[in-house]
Amino acid sequence: MSLKQAFESGKFVITTEVGPLKGTDTTELAEVAEILRGRVDAANATDQQSSVMRLGSMVTCYLLQQHGLESVIQMTCRDRNRIALQSDLLSAWVMGIKNVLALTGDVPELGDHPQAKSVYDLDSVQLLGVISKLNEGTDMVGNELKGKPDFFAGAVVNPGADTEASFELQIIKMEKKIKAGAKFFQTQAVYEPEKFYKFMKRVEQFHVPVMAGIIPLKSVGMARFMNKNVAGVFVPDSLIQQMAAATDKTQTGLQITADLIKQLKDVCQGVHIMAIGWEKKVPQILDIAGL
Amino acid sequence: MKTITEQKPLAEILELLKDHKKIYITGCGTCATTCHTGGKAEVLAMKKELEAAGKEVTGWMVIPTSCDILTKYAIMDSIEQINKADAILAMSCGLGIQTVAAFSNKPVYPALNTLFIGWEEHPGHFIEICSQCGDCAIGITTGICPVTRCAKGMLSGPCGGAKDGKCEQKPEHDCAWVLIYNRLKELNMLDKLKEIPAPKNYSKAKIPRQVDIVQ
Repeated sequence: MSLKQAFESGKFVITTEVGPLKGTDTTELAEVAEILRGRVDAANATDQQSSVMRLGSMVTCYLLQQHGLESVIQMTCRDRNRIALQSDLLSAWVMGIKNVLALTGDVPELGDHPQAKSVYDLDSVQLLGVISKLNEGTDMVGNELKGKPDFFAGAVVNPGADTEASFELQIIKMEKKIKAGAKFFQTQAVYEPEKFYKFMKRVEQFHVPVMAGIIPLKSVGMARFMNKNVAGVFVPDSLIQQMAAATDKTQTGLQITADLIKQLKDVCQGVHIMAIGWEKKVPQILDIAGL
Repeated sequence: MKTITEQKPLAEILELLKDHKKIYITGCGTCATTCHTGGKAEVLAMKKELEAAGKEVTGWMVIPTSCDILTKYAIMDSIEQINKADAILAMSCGLGIQTVAAFSNKPVYPALNTLFIGWEEHPGHFIEICSQCGDCAIGITTGICPVTRCAKGMLSGPCGGAKDGKCEQKPEHDCAWVLIYNRLKELNMLDKLKEIPAPKNYSKAKIPRQVDIVQ
């Protein structure tokens, strides 16, 4: 079943994320794909995540699909101008990749090549518009394509923006993304169900599926790091204390994650699990969550 | 217009001047003076540093506006001292440096890095305001440039990363889109944010540029 069909079927959709490694060894990727196949509806392949240079998202998606796993290509505007973006989209389609997540992308300064020239020829909203045009059979300036893709395009939103201005801006931008062609959303990591319920109340009028972002908690340090450094992500003290008191941190982390999914499940259309090193544990999380 | 500059490290300047013994220094009485990078005080300090490093300074001047055509006459007025030098060290922006070079027959070296066009937000602290992109996008926001002041130059709104109104990517900066939101809210024009701007015409920013302004 394709990701689009999964949403259309009305089931609770599960996606996860595979971060390509730096280098050409794809052994791990194959192992992860085998473990995830049949348990998730699709896996995103990140695009030079955090601006750290590594194997590309297109070939990673291709390999995932070789192992029978539906893939979502993440495409950022950081490293490609509008010519390369469109060309890569066409190439991805030819390689059998049907889903794309349009992102603007982190700045190079955050990664391991901080002196790189950033591109940002388009932003995520404009990229979604370009994907819609390609789907209609023309490039972004109106030249006809010989053979056209039919991408199922998604986008991201941060439901936990910290100030009124930032929150309202997220809603406004989400609406623009929908107008430009976004058919589903994956969110920034959620740890506070109440805040997420409030967000969902605001956006249910858009009638576009939203997948709650889930990052499994691995340690107290990780929680504190995110609270300090990741905008819009706040791990409540109660969860941090639960982790601190745990004798088996892994088991507790998995349990907390599954509990979160259970609390979010009824208000959204799916979850997107960003396991960050725990990809092989995703089935365990789903087991505990009863999915 | 104010061009913001910073002084290169002295070691880099001395490396640039390594083949030359006698140096003439030019400063600039406009932007570089207000940035405290190429005014009289900085020119005299540089003279001292060069002399301490074993150079001979044949003379110096602070050209009123280095980038102006009148620089030609300033150079002519000081030609005797300039002719005694092996090279000129110019303490001005890239435009000023190249203007000095265009009107002199000596090798010219930069003492400053030219950074951006901006404001002095508070004394000694400068922020970039315009990146001279050639296709002004301020109409999208009615007064704040997203191309220059958003770390990703996003025209359609912010990323999800603003923290307390600060940029996630460069936390020392305000999030341009939060500034834009507050401005439009105050103007009662928030609907403006619902428009999706067309991709920008970056061909207008391609170097080198020329333009004919019909008079």
